[in-house]
Amino acid sequence: MAPLLEVRNLTVAFDTAGGTVHAVNDVSYGLNEGETLGIVGESGSGKSVHVLAMCGLIPRPPGRIVAGQVLFQGRDLLTLPERDLRDIRGGQIGFVFQDPMTSLNPVLTVERQLVELIRRHTALDARAARARAIELLEIVRIPDAARRIGQYPHQFSGGMRQRVMIAIGVACRPKLLIADEATTALDVTVQAQILDMVKDLKREFGTTVIWITHDMGVVAGIADTIQVMYGGRIMERGPVDAIFADPRSAYSWGLLQSLPTAERRAEGRLHQIPGSPPDLYKPAVGDPFAPRNAFATPRCLTEMPPLRQVEGSVPGHLVAAWYDLPAALKARRETVA
Amino acid sequence: MTRYFAGKLGEALVAIWGVVTIVFFVTRFLGDPVALLLPVGASPEQMQALTAELGLDQPIWRQYLTFLAQALTGNFGQSFQFGRPAIGVVLERMPATIQLALTAIALGVLIGGTAGAIAAMRRGSVAEFVVMTLALLGQATPVFWLGIMLILLFAVDLGWLPTGGYGSPANLVLPALTLAVFVSASIARLFRSSMLDVLKEDYVRTARAKGLMPATVFTWHVARNALIPVVTMIGILTGELLGGSVVTETVFAWPGVGRLIVQAIETKDFPVIQAGVALIAAIYVATNLIVDLLYALLDPRIKGSA
Ligand SMILES: Nc1ncnc2c1ncn2[C@@H]1O[C@H](COP(=O)(O)OP(=O)(O)OP(=O)(O)O)[C@@H](O)[C@H]1O
Ligand code: SF4
Ligand SMILES: [Mg+2]
Repeated sequence: MAPLLEVRNLTVAFDTAGGTVHAVNDVSYGLNEGETLGIVGESGSGKSVHVLAMCGLIPRPPGRIVAGQVLFQGRDLLTLPERDLRDIRGGQIGFVFQDPMTSLNPVLTVERQLVELIRRHTALDARAARARAIELLEIVRIPDAARRIGQYPHQFSGGMRQRVMIAIGVACRPKLLIADEATTALDVTVQAQILDMVKDLKREFGTTVIWITHDMGVVAGIADTIQVMYGGRIMERGPVDAIFADPRSAYSWGLLQSLPTAERRAEGRLHQIPGSPPDLYKPAVGDPFAPRNAFATPRCLTEMPPLRQVEGSVPGHLVAAWYDLPAALKARRETVA
Repeated sequence: MTRYFAGKLGEALVAIWGVVTIVFFVTRFLGDPVALLLPVGASPEQMQALTAELGLDQPIWRQYLTFLAQALTGNFGQSFQFGRPAIGVVLERMPATIQLALTAIALGVLIGGTAGAIAAMRRGSVAEFVVMTLALLGQATPVFWLGIMLILLFAVDLGWLPTGGYGSPANLVLPALTLAVFVSASIARLFRSSMLDVLKEDYVRTARAKGLMPATVFTWHVARNALIPVVTMIGILTGELLGGSVVTETVFAWPGVGRLIVQAIETKDFPVIQAGVALIAAIYVATNLIVDLLYALLDPRIKGSA
């Protein structure tokens, strides 16, 4: 079966006064229908830019798509006329953005912001669209939806606003839902409720989801596949269990190490990945993470490793690494011992 | 909401009282009107009699209290010059001022709004450069100079329009245009910068991510938000112009309130000065109240917090 979404060699740059920012570098992956892909990585790793660029949502200029194809149901979104792309955005591809305070228009009611979307992509008349909007608020479990729909975003709490944002994302039953840091600003309980709700929506509508976050813990709960990004590149990618049990990129390993487990919380220590994020003004020659990587080999600094199937792991577990992380970790344990 | 505006109204009344009081005392320093009102060589007895008649022989605090008490009933005394109630003299001039002010604002909003929107949507284009240069010039050009240049060109050289005066629509064109240049320049610059700010907002990206038509994104998500500060500016400019545009009215011999007050200062016609300034203060404060009200209508967040 052809994947729903196929990203090929996507490369995005920003031309700024300080130079060219190489935000996304040669990213390729596929996403099957019904799959949930969790994308993780530190701030600035190109997570947002690559999904926004797919749908023509980065500001151009300064943004520039240097190369690549993004096939959605077989059509290349990057070369599609703006008119056709508009039909897809909000219709077949729904977005949920971080920070619903700034992502919702403060001077329009929630009703207006939902109805304008529904009427844009369906043939419903004003009354039917309103009824549908109320139904959507009920689906995302906003109590007293018929009354609250007439309110403005600032009259909702943070968690409720995020639900409104999700209602907007799923309003037209998109094939693909892209959620960018959709729960980052929320407290743990609300976050868990929202994740549950998204899982229900997936079950009900079979929606394919891209869930972007920098929290490995969130990804574990919702994703089928994890994709770890760094410096605008994919470092590792594979089924959730494989990545958690057997990370092969030093960077994924570092992210997993920094997850607060019960044991580490008790000891009051959290592993931080040392070093600072890569300088995206300089196109990386080798692996962008190599300068921060204690396991890096000389080759890592000069030559970017390709994303390859991990030998001895499940199919679809890919890593970009020249060295063998399990072997290196084993060696380190032995020297410490 | 109601309490918010009750408070605003209280502030407004205090402001008007303050302005009127300051003007009362300042006018007393302008000098003695009696000498100007009587023919040259009038006797000291005549002067004393007139001083008493005008109430100017009273101690200043008493003059002030009388003035306040009468002002509360809308009575600012008889104009020294015209021998009629001063407030009537001022109100007669209002239609001319209102006509000029509203025409200038309407023109300015139309031209400035369009130009500002074009400049913001066509970032980095020649159109943006032209609009911004003209707007900068428009704001910097002194009104009297612009007025005179327009008269020289359209009235003297081309003979298309009258040099000044009042009565026909043709009289209105040049003074309205003169004021509209400043108004539209200010609006164009503010609308542009406010739109550029809004274009960076996340909710505009959301609107585009929803696949909305560009016209919908522009009207409901960009312009609707960018308009909020512009409305404030339009209100302030309207308040200023309704107070009479002294320079423009003088250059074009337009019989408005601004010119009347200047004449009243020259002739030391205290009651007309006071009536005029009180009226201008009231108009200014009233437009500000209306702006606050509009603001609350345009931005639901204000209602919520008030
Ligand atoms: N409009 C822009 N102009 C210039 N550079 C930009 C612009 N937008 C993004 N970038 C740069 O692109 C790079 C990738 O940013 P991106 O937003 O994709 O990161 P991210 O992985 O989503 O991070 P975060 O976790 O903070 O959301 C960053 O270095 C950022 O500075
Ligand atoms: S390629 Fe080299 S530097 Fe990059 S993660 Fe793998 S080992 Fe570390
Ligand atoms: Mg991001």
